[in-house]
Amino acid sequence: MLFFLRRLAAAIPVLFAVSVFVFGFVRVLPGDPARLVAGADATEQEVASARQALGLDRPIWEQYVRYVGASLKGDLGVSSRTREPVIDVIAARFWPTLWLTLAAMGWATLAGTFIGVWAGTRRGRWQDQMAMLFAIGGLSFPGFWLGLLLINLFSVHLGWLPTGGFDSWLSLLMPSFTLGVGVAAVLARFSRSAYVDVAAEDYVRTARSKGLRERRVIWRHGVRNALIPVVTLTGLEFGTLLGGAIVVETVFAWPGLGRLLVDSIAFRDYPVIQAEILLLSAEFMLINLVIDMLYGVLNPEIRLRS
Amino acid sequence: MSQPELLAIRDLSVSFPAESGRTTVVRDLSLTVSPGETVALVGESGSGKSVTSLAVTRLLDYGPGRIDTGEILYRDRAGTVRDLVRADAETMRRLRGPEIAMVFQQPMSSLNPVMRIGEQIAEAIVQHRDLGWSEAEAEALQLLERVRIPDARRQLKRYPFEISGGMRQRVMIAIALASRPRLLIADEPTTALDVTVQAQVLRLLRELRDDLGTGLLFITHDMGVVAELADRVAVMRGGDRLEEGSVAQIFAAPVHPYTRSLLAAVPVLGSLADTPLPAPFTIAPEEAVPQDTVVAGAPTLELRELVTRFDVRNAFGMLRAHVHAVEHVSFDIHPGETLALVGESGCGKSTLGRSIVRLETPRSGQIVFEGQDVLGPEAETNRALRRGIQYVFQDPYSALDPRLTVGFSVAEPIRTHALRQGAAVTQRVGELLELVGLPPHFAARYPHELSGGQCQRVGIARALASEPRLIIADEAVAALDVSIRAQIVNLLMSLQRRLGLSCLFISHDMAVVERVSHRVAVMYLGQIVEIGPRQAVLSSPQHAYTRRLLAAVPIPDPARRRRELAIDDSEVPSPLRAPDDIPTVAPLVEVGPGHFVARHPVGGLY
Amino acid sequence: MTAPTIRSPAGEFWRRLRRRHTALAAGVVVLLIILIAIFAPVLAPYDPAAADYDALLQGPSLAHLAGTDSYGRDILSRIIWGGRISLTVGLVSAFAGGLVGTTLGLLSGWIGGWVDTVLMRLCDVLFAFPGILLAIAVVALLGPGVANVVWAVAVFSVPVFARLVRGTTMSLKQAQYIQAGRTIGVSGAKLMLYHILPGALPVVIVYMSLRIGSAILVGAALSFIGLGAQPPSPEWGAMLADGRSYLGVADHLTLFPGLAIFIVVLSFNVLGDGLRDALSQRLQ
Repeated sequence: MLFFLRRLAAAIPVLFAVSVFVFGFVRVLPGDPARLVAGADATEQEVASARQALGLDRPIWEQYVRYVGASLKGDLGVSSRTREPVIDVIAARFWPTLWLTLAAMGWATLAGTFIGVWAGTRRGRWQDQMAMLFAIGGLSFPGFWLGLLLINLFSVHLGWLPTGGFDSWLSLLMPSFTLGVGVAAVLARFSRSAYVDVAAEDYVRTARSKGLRERRVIWRHGVRNALIPVVTLTGLEFGTLLGGAIVVETVFAWPGLGRLLVDSIAFRDYPVIQAEILLLSAEFMLINLVIDMLYGVLNPEIRLRS
Repeated sequence: MSQPELLAIRDLSVSFPAESGRTTVVRDLSLTVSPGETVALVGESGSGKSVTSLAVTRLLDYGPGRIDTGEILYRDRAGTVRDLVRADAETMRRLRGPEIAMVFQQPMSSLNPVMRIGEQIAEAIVQHRDLGWSEAEAEALQLLERVRIPDARRQLKRYPFEISGGMRQRVMIAIALASRPRLLIADEPTTALDVTVQAQVLRLLRELRDDLGTGLLFITHDMGVVAELADRVAVMRGGDRLEEGSVAQIFAAPVHPYTRSLLAAVPVLGSLADTPLPAPFTIAPEEAVPQDTVVAGAPTLELRELVTRFDVRNAFGMLRAHVHAVEHVSFDIHPGETLALVGESGCGKSTLGRSIVRLETPRSGQIVFEGQDVLGPEAETNRALRRGIQYVFQDPYSALDPRLTVGFSVAEPIRTHALRQGAAVTQRVGELLELVGLPPHFAARYPHELSGGQCQRVGIARALASEPRLIIADEAVAALDVSIRAQIVNLLMSLQRRLGLSCLFISHDMAVVERVSHRVAVMYLGQIVEIGPRQAVLSSPQHAYTRRLLAAVPIPDPARRRRELAIDDSEVPSPLRAPDDIPTVAPLVEVGPGHFVARHPVGGLY
Repeated sequence: MTAPTIRSPAGEFWRRLRRRHTALAAGVVVLLIILIAIFAPVLAPYDPAAADYDALLQGPSLAHLAGTDSYGRDILSRIIWGGRISLTVGLVSAFAGGLVGTTLGLLSGWIGGWVDTVLMRLCDVLFAFPGILLAIAVVALLGPGVANVVWAVAVFSVPVFARLVRGTTMSLKQAQYIQAGRTIGVSGAKLMLYHILPGALPVVIVYMSLRIGSAILVGAALSFIGLGAQPPSPEWGAMLADGRSYLGVADHLTLFPGLAIFIVVLSFNVLGDGLRDALSQRLQ
């Protein structure tokens, strides 16, 4: 229990630093945010009142405290493009991205680990070599190109699947596959080498010397231990996935956070950009916190040695 | 062809893949083991003894090794005789555990780190006997009690990292016994353990063998352990069985010259009990001369009340405990003298050595080297002192940078202290290599091209390069094979004679200590509990711990085998203490000329 | 026992690498790609920016081996020129990130104490942003463009290298030969220069070669979503974005640039894998 509280406590300073970073992000931008809000043809007076309204005339630390306070209350400012509250803009885009990333993570984790372990148990044989060939190919495949190839085949030529948008669960197929390929490849490579390392451990030999069935040796002693490092990597790969979502959403016209971010950058909609970076980072940290705790569950040494 | 009673290995050859083709690591080996009999397979590293054990259980199949020829006949419980070389994988799996069990060398890595001990024992029971998990757990408890693990019920729920190495090895034995095997193969089961723990484990193995009538194939490099335990002995070298015979015959009248030289190189505790001075090993044609090198005069090194503690902090950086590695240690070392520092792992002997060369930072106390305070603030004196005291490490390979040549490593101190310039450096490196018995052209080699013994000679040459007055040898011969160990011990002693060096010899091996040291200091939980002239400490030990330590040393002489040993199963307590819990240091009292013993407040015991 | 022959660790490394034919092949491909990029002006059959309104969206032919785009520009020539951009992004960002990261990692691991704590907390913060998000933040700050993409990718490579080198440094610091150096009195700077850096460098080089591949991918991705190289530029990602509108009409517009990215990234990855395997002592 203490272990879990400690992990939680360790995340707080990082979250603080991230919020400072995101807060500072807008301050170092060229141009005056007050003028941006007031509009290009505003008078000096209008700019000044906008500055006051935004609290930009206060000392910097006070601005930060206000920013954090407002963020916690869900007030992330107003989009300079649509004039809607940022929180509403983001909320509309949140779920599609969540479904997309979860679907991709789900299949990629399962397939990646399974293929990796399978290749590990057949180390050096042709199945292993084929699996690793596919893995390094998947790792090197540009996701956006894969997306285009899939659209071309299944939507343009065969007409089986929609080219983009999020209208039915069917439209989730191609984007989540595209997004997951890289992660599945990384996990397959990593879990293979983790399994190969564990299989060479003395305790696996001990397990065999007990006369245990090979299946129990592989799963209870081999895979169970190989999973420990794989779990950590899975958390880190979630970041790759969030980043990849930005690109994949653009390819498939997916109404998610990623495309919103790209559009916002094009329109220099800083309040939205700021809020998105904060949200995505927080999400990534949250996932890794959960993963960290899972790591503790899998590895009693980490949990008890503290 | 006669049928074996239990196990008969005939003309077994095993090979491993090599750079080109295959290397044979066991050649035409024949060996038998009968029920209730202990056969020791003895040899130095690379002799093929461990591979043999893996071949018998066919665990070899899971690595690159391969059985080329021969047969391994085994008679099982039902009386069926099988050739294990030809048995299929499923047959072998059924035999492993109920028929043939193994105990491995590394108790640290041989248990699954993320599985509770109880489950690791119980799964072996569930696999081979018609028992459910709860019954298996109950039996696991009995097994733990049987291997004398204290508080067994609680240990069942623990993970391997929570218990000591000795306890882990007992758990390994409990696993091996779980299915009541008829043949137990123990591969160096005590090598990684301290000597008192080794004695406990050996006694346990002996009892179990006698109670259950299990045949025991015992693989070891330690002639002392062989003499304690074995009925018959087979000696191996480079994959060949050189000779075989009863333990009495092998020790009393070895036939093969290798066996003879091996036995000559084994230090026997007590063999120098009658001489006041230490002496090198007798390696023909050299004659061992008593080591009369101590020069009267001011001490080379004086230690006064040295304390080294480590902080144990929690994740928030708060002090949770101290490791009391070194507590108020004082002693002197005189010119030309060797002081041996003995004790078991965790007693603080290495930390003490490292503190003297400032690899650790002492909390308090004084280290005076040739009249200068080592702990003084001036960096310059520090540099001079770095020259004067040199360290020789345990693992000869990891003490040399693998990317640099031997010559560079040996030249480094010469350059650092600007002792020679230009071509003179190269010349000096050559001299130093010759001094430690290596040809000068070895300067161009890399560490991985050298054997362990050659590497350790390089380590010594580098230590000598800065022309020191004191050498700290930290388990410097512990990682070496017996015959090499004797050579390095002799080298150190001849260097002491030639160069008048002082030496702090840190070791756990009492028999080697008897060879090299003029005086002995015994360390326990960071404190010196006994210090004095070698003969006095080893022949008439006064402190209870010293006695216990000496009693546990196996004697490589089957004629002096001890049937029953007064060994308790207690463990050395942890040097970890709460921040405000300062241990009391027992004062040393003189019990003989120069012989001091810690007097503990309880009951006036020493 | 055979007599030992003199072999250096570097020699061992080459010997092991030579046996890995796929890695060697990838190395040759990488070399070829670099040469093609350098000699792009000589090799490209057409001016990559020259529009030819008589040859719009033509499929592959003898005149245009990879066809033409919607402005009639020769795709092969554009790919050849585009290689310069992708290689620059990959090499410069991996190298810059590796250099800064290695330096920080060395300092962090060697000095330890509060320097280590501060640097590693900084890395934690950088790690709290998914890599490409950090790059996008940098581009959002500095504005779109290839140069900014290079810096963006370099920035998010820094913590990766810093962690890696710190770990290596810390384990080397505990190695007995470093401690042996200390007992001899060798100064900290010399220990670092002669013993630690050479020990950490192979890992850095291997990782850098793997990093080049992912840097090229990220660079192309940023250009694809319009944050990197801007339209007339023959950047591969930008070309793909351009070809999107002609899916099903002129598939070669997306086929060839995508293939180019895939082959280049694959070559760097296979090479990096081979280097890593040849470096690790444990044989397959």
